[in-house]
Amino acid sequence: MTQLPQVRASDATAAVDRPLLDLRGVSKRFVKRLDLAARVVRAAGAAVREEVVHAVDDVDLAVGHGEVVGLVGESGCGKSTLGRIAAGLLAPSAGERAWKGRATSAMDRGEQRATQLAVQMIFQDPYASLNPRMRVEDIVGEAPVVHGLVTRAGQRDYVAALLGRVGLDASLMRRFPHQFSGGQRARIGIARALAVKPELLVCDEAVAALDVSIQAQVLNLFARLREELGLTYLFISHDLGVVRHLSDRVVIMYLGRVVESGPTGSLFDAPNHPYTQALLAEIPRLDARKRSFVAIRGEIPSPLAPPPGCHFHPRCPHAMARCREARPPLREIAPGRLSACFRNDGR
Amino acid sequence: MLSPGAPPTLAVEDLRTHFFTRAGVVKAVDGVSFAVGPGKVLGLVGESGSGKSVTGFSILGLVDPPGRIVSGRILLHGEDLRRLDARGWRAVRGNRVAMVFQDPMMTLNPVLRVETQMVEAIRAHRDVSRAAARDEARAALATVGIPSPDERLRAYPHQLSGGMRQRVAIAIALLNQPALIVADEPTTALDVTIQAQILAEVQRLCRERRMALVWITHDLAVVAGLADDVCVMYAGRIVEQGAVDAVLDAPLHPYTAGLLDSVPSRHARGELLRQIPGTTPSLLDLPPGCAFRGRCERATEACRVTPDPTVVEGRAVRCFHPLQPATADRRA
Repeated sequence: MTQLPQVRASDATAAVDRPLLDLRGVSKRFVKRLDLAARVVRAAGAAVREEVVHAVDDVDLAVGHGEVVGLVGESGCGKSTLGRIAAGLLAPSAGERAWKGRATSAMDRGEQRATQLAVQMIFQDPYASLNPRMRVEDIVGEAPVVHGLVTRAGQRDYVAALLGRVGLDASLMRRFPHQFSGGQRARIGIARALAVKPELLVCDEAVAALDVSIQAQVLNLFARLREELGLTYLFISHDLGVVRHLSDRVVIMYLGRVVESGPTGSLFDAPNHPYTQALLAEIPRLDARKRSFVAIRGEIPSPLAPPPGCHFHPRCPHAMARCREARPPLREIAPGRLSACFRNDGR
Repeated sequence: MLSPGAPPTLAVEDLRTHFFTRAGVVKAVDGVSFAVGPGKVLGLVGESGSGKSVTGFSILGLVDPPGRIVSGRILLHGEDLRRLDARGWRAVRGNRVAMVFQDPMMTLNPVLRVETQMVEAIRAHRDVSRAAARDEARAALATVGIPSPDERLRAYPHQLSGGMRQRVAIAIALLNQPALIVADEPTTALDVTIQAQILAEVQRLCRERRMALVWITHDLAVVAGLADDVCVMYAGRIVEQGAVDAVLDAPLHPYTAGLLDSVPSRHARGELLRQIPGTTPSLLDLPPGCAFRGRCERATEACRVTPDPTVVEGRAVRCFHPLQPATADRRA
């Protein structure tokens, strides 16, 4: 069995010291502006307020060169928003995004454009993220021509090489997206991202819509591309099995905040935060037969009105009075391991 | 598969459901047979296009034109449901057999309160007062773990979260104490923690009420945790069936083995996954013989003929070159 090069622990720490992409204290708030009627009512004295969602709330995320970072969380936890901030598609409401040590806000336009190309995104739904009225040749080949990576005359050969790299037959490039299967469309999405020679790929649930056997093919493709092109990945997924398989380091989010992060092996072997523990205990596993599912109570609270203190306390079996009042800071509990839980105090 | 002597709640025999489209005949379900006993869970596993959902719809007589059940028997306590007329079906659906869909909004009417829908489902089948029906509805919501059921009864579906809606759908399915529930990917759209809650409830209900459950899913891990027996479907046929432990630990069919190998958690981290080459063939022009033969490393000339199911130690497999238990052990 081919063993892919794993980033050794020492390398990983070195990489984190000078990360490729660094998000510092990043927040994203979405505000639903009041419409005219609501403004009139408010002027008349009614208690109408703007609704604010803290999709991402003061998060630090560093991705080292050559690293695969898995970003895990359930729906509504802000992982996709954080991914879009990482890819530069959304501007953070607060905090800073740095690329190779340089803050993107301080860059001139040329540098910004180069950074934009260096980070590419692969989306969940290959049906929705490919223009149905464009041929694959143009879907994949448009951006490199626009950005001057190839000439218009060289586009066809360039696209053919890219399709070959992602395991598609180059003779299919005159076809439209609807003529492909789900797995093939996922490959087209990957080829499109690779076309502008990125260094970092942000994959947002990139294999979630695929059947198991096709998912395995695409995961293998990601692993091979990493080896061949020296790519770095931010891999966003709700599927812990996929994340464990692919990632060097895992970051767990809950309601807009990072609750735990650490190297994949140690985090999966000994999860520290109660949420991580619950999450790991509840994934159905092939080797767990006829098990009794014991569920953590309750549901994820609405991000419109998150509970005070630690967001997880209403569902947490270990919650103390303190958890209801103060936000537990993300602290180092072991080398490379961070967790945001008061239970680690005094250990 | 069944303990001898226990009559099955549901027995499906040689079911064939075909769709007569303009492009040709799609044999979505082509000769499927299985049985589920009371209190048992059968996992029906397959990838998209394998016919697992159409099998589920067929059991409840929910196949619309151009689809048609062309042959086979669907026996509920020995009575063939295919002989029912429209009136007969109405007495069975939601009463003796219920279905839970992937999207709970398929079950729930968006403009009616939960209470209205639940009371209606009870009074359609039984002559009880509105107040008594309401009490039953409240009890059913409590059974599936919905907090403050009185409040939820007054809610409209859009006021509930996805996990809550799916619980309401399951509660509605339970209302008339059905002997059989067919669940089509009911937890696929839900988060892990919510999925675990629903699996826990379903498991308990099945045990307590001696209900038979057909659980249709693409997720082998869910089947491993929930089911007693499993049927693996590929291109309209069951390629392997048997007890969960036997099938998952020592698969006989190369497709089952390939599917298990594709699950990332079975591999060391970072190792390349063993993958099945190619994609599922189109049901419109299936190659003659074994539908898996184009992707199978064990395929030979013999596979140009459709293999019949062979029964080995209580398990059935449709393959001329099944994996030997020895090779299967190596993979486990």
